[in-house]
Amino acid sequence: MRLAAFLLAAAMLAGIIAPFVSATVAPAHAQDYTAGEIVLSDPWTRATPPGARTGGGFVTIANTGDTADRLVSASSPVAKHTEIHTMSMDDGVMRMRHLPDGIEIPAGETVALKPGSLHIMFIDLEQPIEMGTPVPVVLTFEKAGAVDVEMTVAPPGAPGPKGKAGHKAHGDQ
Amino acid sequence: MRMKTAGLAGAAILVVAATVFAVTALMQAPPAGDGNARGGFADIGGPFTLTDKTGRTVTEADFKGKPSAIFFGFTFCPDVCPTTLYELSGAMEELGADADRMNVVFVSVDWERDGPEELERYVSAFDDRIRGLSGTKDEIERITRAYRVYYKRVPTEDGEDYTIDHSALVYLMDSDGRFFGTISYNESPEMMLGKLKRLIAEG
Ligand SMILES: [Cu+2]
Repeated sequence: MRLAAFLLAAAMLAGIIAPFVSATVAPAHAQDYTAGEIVLSDPWTRATPPGARTGGGFVTIANTGDTADRLVSASSPVAKHTEIHTMSMDDGVMRMRHLPDGIEIPAGETVALKPGSLHIMFIDLEQPIEMGTPVPVVLTFEKAGAVDVEMTVAPPGAPGPKGKAGHKAHGDQ
Repeated sequence: MRMKTAGLAGAAILVVAATVFAVTALMQAPPAGDGNARGGFADIGGPFTLTDKTGRTVTEADFKGKPSAIFFGFTFCPDVCPTTLYELSGAMEELGADADRMNVVFVSVDWERDGPEELERYVSAFDDRIRGLSGTKDEIERITRAYRVYYKRVPTEDGEDYTIDHSALVYLMDSDGRFFGTISYNESPEMMLGKLKRLIAEG
């Protein structure tokens, strides 16, 4: 009885630890980019459905310094225009707005551009965004200057850089 | 006789009230608290005329006999619409053949930019069982009124372009075209799957 419980506990523990062990062995999945006090991690976008004319890009921005900085603009060869946008859901209504003044990154804080929220908006795509073809983007900060990043590409509509969520098979295709 | 009629009327009112109550209880969050969302959920839905990918006319009659999941949006949407279609197609994949027992529909509220071809190409990136439907301004105004969908065009600063604020609810309708429930944007894939299973089983 106690042995069974022990084996069960050991199995559960192994199950919990295994992903982390393999994660440390594998190379870091996403590149971090540093410019001055700004650290950018996990830049990603989504493949666009055929004929789609817009796309959304996401990235996590940390300001490790002690003065605020500001993401003032973005550009990419994949689109005619690249803007900084906010999106909100109020009472079930999606509203999206251009942020002409960009996004403030307060000192010591991290701001996440993510689905359902702040994002880089690619407008008038020159070609579809495709899985396996990372998207180059220049993010320009008031203080840290221009940073070149490459956004990895998740499936169309994916909720995260890996596809993830409840629909693994779909995300992996 | 008059008494009997009155009694029947009273019973009918009770039944209606109970139905409204049950339907309201099914709802987890009401749609937008704006002018478009007045009234009870029981009267969501109704007749419409739209166009499918082949240019064929589609009406509410085409969906009867199977329950339906209907989502309103536009292909220029970089986030909520593709995310919702992604989640729907993922749920359909998990449902497998059971997903054939419902209609899954994406209606574009952007009649200027989304025609049948645009919608067909767009929806094909998700699950080819999802039907993309477009319509004229009048047709879209009619169906969005029937479903109490809020949408509003918002011009971009340069005035050359526009985006569309819109309800991000998935409307679930039973096989008679009556309102069954909703799925809201922030619900988990598991909750979405659970609601679709219930829709297929009970709707
Ligand atoms: Cu949308």
